[in-house]
Amino acid sequence: MSVTSKILSFGVAACVGAAFAVSAPAHAWEPTHPVEIIVPAGTGGGADQMARTMQGIITKHNLSKQPVVVINKSGGAGGEGFLDVKNAKGNDHKLIITLSNLFTTPMATGIPFNWKDMTPVAMMALDEFILWVNAEKPYKTAKDYVDAIKAAPDNTFKMGGTGSKQEDQIITVALQKATGKKMIYIPQAGGGAVAVQLVGNHVDSTVNNPIEAVAHWRAGKLTPLCVFDSKKLDYTDKIAGDKSWNDIPTCKSAGLDVEYLMLRGFFMPPGVSKDAVAYYVDMFKKVRETPEWKKLMSDGAFNQTFMVGDEYAKWVANAEKLHEGLMKEAGFLAKSN
Amino acid sequence: MFDDIGNLMHGFSVVMQPHNIVLMVVGIVLGVIVGVLPGLGGANGVAILLPLTFSMSPTSAIIMLSCIYWGALFGGAITSILFNIPGEPWSVATTFDGYPMAQQGRAGEALTAAFTSSFVGALFAVIMITLVAPLVASFALRFGPAEIFSVYFLAFCSFVGLSKEPPFKTVASMMIGFALGAVGLDQMTGQLRLTFGFETLLGGFDFLIAVIGLFGIGEILLTMEEGLSFRGKSAKIDLKIVVQTWKQLPRYWMLSLRSCLIGCWMGISPAGATPASFMSYGIAKRISKRGHNFGKGEIEGVIAPETAAHAAGTAALLPMLALGVPGSPTAAVLLGGLLIWGLQPGPLLFVEQTEFVWGLIASMYMGNIVGLIVVLTCVPLFAAILRIPFSVIAPIILVLCAIGAYTVNNNTFDVVMMLVFGVVGYFMKKANYPLAPMVLAIVLGDKAEESFRQSLLGSQGNLGVFFSNWLVGTVMTLGLIALFWPIIQNGLARVRGSIGSARPVQ
Repeated sequence: MSVTSKILSFGVAACVGAAFAVSAPAHAWEPTHPVEIIVPAGTGGGADQMARTMQGIITKHNLSKQPVVVINKSGGAGGEGFLDVKNAKGNDHKLIITLSNLFTTPMATGIPFNWKDMTPVAMMALDEFILWVNAEKPYKTAKDYVDAIKAAPDNTFKMGGTGSKQEDQIITVALQKATGKKMIYIPQAGGGAVAVQLVGNHVDSTVNNPIEAVAHWRAGKLTPLCVFDSKKLDYTDKIAGDKSWNDIPTCKSAGLDVEYLMLRGFFMPPGVSKDAVAYYVDMFKKVRETPEWKKLMSDGAFNQTFMVGDEYAKWVANAEKLHEGLMKEAGFLAKSN
Repeated sequence: MFDDIGNLMHGFSVVMQPHNIVLMVVGIVLGVIVGVLPGLGGANGVAILLPLTFSMSPTSAIIMLSCIYWGALFGGAITSILFNIPGEPWSVATTFDGYPMAQQGRAGEALTAAFTSSFVGALFAVIMITLVAPLVASFALRFGPAEIFSVYFLAFCSFVGLSKEPPFKTVASMMIGFALGAVGLDQMTGQLRLTFGFETLLGGFDFLIAVIGLFGIGEILLTMEEGLSFRGKSAKIDLKIVVQTWKQLPRYWMLSLRSCLIGCWMGISPAGATPASFMSYGIAKRISKRGHNFGKGEIEGVIAPETAAHAAGTAALLPMLALGVPGSPTAAVLLGGLLIWGLQPGPLLFVEQTEFVWGLIASMYMGNIVGLIVVLTCVPLFAAILRIPFSVIAPIILVLCAIGAYTVNNNTFDVVMMLVFGVVGYFMKKANYPLAPMVLAIVLGDKAEESFRQSLLGSQGNLGVFFSNWLVGTVMTLGLIALFWPIIQNGLARVRGSIGSARPVQ
């Protein structure tokens, strides 16, 4: 996948280069006033961090002649931000960074929005999910933990997570299906708070993203049991003692057949020009080449898949189907749907 | 311990470098501006300015950003006292006595008291961070949902018990607040509540919008009714007022100490600066000899919330650094900044990044001293704003309020909401309904509900969870005592059988 996208990106770059080799500005379209990046989540969260890092990179490396502004519209689990973009038809100066609430929010709340109301631009990365337990607990592998869950009655084990009827709870429901036991799901406002509830032993496990829990892993407070991906993470640098991200087994190999990845990608309002989309794709490619971006990727142990165009749209369509199935099974769909 | 002091001294040497001092002053001034504009708020201010710091070294960057934070904490008090418009949520309690003081022509005194108490609160919290950081971090870990709810419960109880208005009106006002706080997405079930299909209500009623409307616009409407007379107060432009106020402040050392402790505790727990200010004000009102005078322009009513808010705001940085959990929205943005600079907040930050951590702590000391000097020299200037005729200043306030309301969520509908809240505030004041319980319910209601439901989810509906260990049990009991304090006080007085000045210790 990444090879094709690299070839693709090379191809696009070559075409753009060839087409505009004569004139100095290499773009058919360039922003004429500041560009807004909408974050459909609160300040300090994963999407917000990524958007603000990109804002910093774009400013520092002079990747845009116009400033980039990050605006949080987190109301209604991000619904406010999505509706804002949906209603900004033809606005070439607006982008939105998405997380899984792209699918879960409209499904759970019934607000009139679907990702097809927007123009897909690019997938920047996929965020991983890891099953964490407190290091004081005797569970050393995912199997230990699953066995403990199976041996206890329903509603013994508490899972902490971010928000309700969103990605963390979807994974929890999948875990319940895999173990055949009910867990108590306790929603918190943010990923950092979730990790600390686990360190303080107020819940039994979490499915925090790597970046949210890594500090506690390194301090020996939390143990990662398995990663909800089809393959192990690529990062082999030693992080916690002699362990690297790469040492964490997949959940599937531990007998927990659950996979989940979260989209970190960009969309634009409906009806924007193709040239504008091409401009932003090109800008994002440059962002991906910077050392700051590479550092963010390795700190957060992100899956660095990059996609644009039809390939991206197809991926999103598949992800939507997957979410619809999971949400339906869990009984999370809004009644009006 | 000696290592730490050595590190702190090294931190001071980093902070004292000329370019860092310049950044500090710039940060404070920016922060004051951010704090003065209602709605812009520390979190937004820091978020907007964060990218500017990416080219600096992490230590310089955090010095500047945390100084913006101190500046915003200082600045929030200015509009609260002068115009009854809290620039920040934690300044609401400051308006209760600060604004009446300004109306009596004692704006300079109120501002000096507010700034000085802010400084005392922050200094206390920084000293605590310096001495007991690791201990405090592990204390913060003890707070699960039940413990956090008990803290909110205590905040409500310590504020509610004594109210001059009829109890029915207090309860009615608070219930309206709870209802407004419930609008929007329910965090626990992911369902929309009370939005009636209106997309504009998705985000619920932001606390700041309600406050700007209820207090700011409501106040302007009331004043307009009295006629657009020249209402400029003859506040003297004289730095002497600072010295005069300072002379009375040492008398309130007990009040300050208590407010510092409340603030530190709330900042760590992590309930934050807003409940700290309300709780401190409520307890001060109850314990003070001049409690009956609170709300009419009592200097103690300014000292209590400001000290607690600043102590909490400062202490909130500790869980952020040691645990990676922000104690306030502004701290959340700072946290994002740390990650961007490649620093990983968490237990190891203190071990791996000693220069950064102690540089930050040293900048807390220096930033607050610089901040105090900057704002105190401006006291006469701020007070002089009140000499401008109302007919000139009112439209300016109105514009500032509208900008503030818009900035909170970048939403024009919020400006309309602000005006509606203004009219509501006007009628509530006319009908003698107290505004404070409503504000308290909007700001803390949904958070208290959230932790209450989290606790019950965890305990499978067993209310015993609120008395399941000494920590949560003690705080809940304190809350109940605070709630029934008037009755207890009566009872105590009767038991002692003494006449007149029957007063419990303190």
